[in-house]
Amino acid sequence: MDTNIWRPILYLIGFMAFAGINAAYLGWCERKGAGRIQRRTGPMEVGFQGLLQPLADGLKLMSKQLLVPDGVDSILFRVAPILAMIPALTSMAVIPFAGNVQARAVELSVLLIFALASIGMMAVLLGGWASGNKYSLISAARSVSQNLAYEIPMLVTVITIVMLTGSMNLEEIAAAQQGGFWNWNIFPVASHSLAQAIIMPVSFIIFFICSVAETNRAPFDMAEAESELIAGHMTEYGSMGFGLFMMGEYLNMVVGACLITILFLGGWDGPLGLSGGIWWFLVKIYLLLFTVIWVRWTYPRTQIYKLLNLSWKILIPFSLVNLLLTAAFIKVF
Amino acid sequence: MSEYISDVIGGSKSLLVGLSITAREFFKPVVTEQYPWVVPEMTERFRGHIELIRDEKTGKPKCIVCGMCMRSCPSGCISLAGKKPEGEKKKALTKYHLDFTTCSLCGTCIESCNFGAIQFSNEYNLASTRKEDYIFDLLKRLEEQG
Repeated sequence: MDTNIWRPILYLIGFMAFAGINAAYLGWCERKGAGRIQRRTGPMEVGFQGLLQPLADGLKLMSKQLLVPDGVDSILFRVAPILAMIPALTSMAVIPFAGNVQARAVELSVLLIFALASIGMMAVLLGGWASGNKYSLISAARSVSQNLAYEIPMLVTVITIVMLTGSMNLEEIAAAQQGGFWNWNIFPVASHSLAQAIIMPVSFIIFFICSVAETNRAPFDMAEAESELIAGHMTEYGSMGFGLFMMGEYLNMVVGACLITILFLGGWDGPLGLSGGIWWFLVKIYLLLFTVIWVRWTYPRTQIYKLLNLSWKILIPFSLVNLLLTAAFIKVF
Repeated sequence: MSEYISDVIGGSKSLLVGLSITAREFFKPVVTEQYPWVVPEMTERFRGHIELIRDEKTGKPKCIVCGMCMRSCPSGCISLAGKKPEGEKKKALTKYHLDFTTCSLCGTCIESCNFGAIQFSNEYNLASTRKEDYIFDLLKRLEEQG
């Protein structure tokens, strides 16, 4: 392992800048995308095509007072927004953007990322609980039950990938998929048996749905359902407290997209045998992020019961069957 | 079991239909206008406040100062005056004020006018914090339109 201290520090600064720019400009992309889908233009006034809008929003949020209402748990209330950001930022450290572009090569990076994703849930739970507001508490309870339900199919699907690759290291998983899209885990015709090519697209869809649900994005945004819970766990937050929650949400989206890219879409590998590199990685994550935005502006929010039904009745059985079949195929062929 | 499978397949299909609809909308042209920068053309039958019509031959208002509009107005928001210039037979309009604060845009004045001298304008950009700004001098407006 690299012992030079400067490498992780420089990479972390780079990733933090990347994360900050993403968190700000995904908000802009979201509003532009929503506008286009509804045949509006989206933000237009601040800068060319509203490109300075995230900056203006950030300045506005930072110049406001961080109000701590009476009756809240003042320590947890302040900790929760930070807890929304930190896990997502930390996950960035172990994500391999390209062959050697990784802040810290951790052997069990898959495990680390999923452990951090579970901490992200704590932010919603603490934020909701500390607010001392019944809507926030309902939101916290919902979000925990939702995250528990969706973490199971997600992890079961990851186990199938780990079984195929024989490694829990993200870099090795991506490296095993190099050499054209027929080697990618989403449709592994060449590297694995044909039967896998039928199972893996289903796994991909399950993983995608779960990652949307894990990041609390519409149509699974039960935690911040505006129309019923105002904004759920964010109700009592203003200024940068709210800003950190929003940035955390977008960062989690980026981490989710990176994970999908590495686990299923060959990481930095170019399709059709083109030379790979970090640009292919970026193209893939932004296509995925666009899809997440596209999904958000297509589907209405579901009910909490239907949401849990989808996970327990459809995604978990399907992912378990996938796991069993994958295990059987690995043993047989 | 078959119900479960058809539920899953039917559900996935309807989700794809939804996605395809929004994808198509995404590439269609924008329908909204950037209002203060792009001022839309108002339709011909828009009922703005009333305005005087110019007589194309003489270049003066068609109005003959009969006062029918003033009398027909249920809110009494029209006040007009006229006098006969030296050496002419007809009266000429000297004042035509519309108090838009009480006008309900009913159009009775336009119906009552036998000479087709007033019509609804296309004016919709009206905003002010002072009441006096809504007492329009329609004769002056016509002259300014030149």
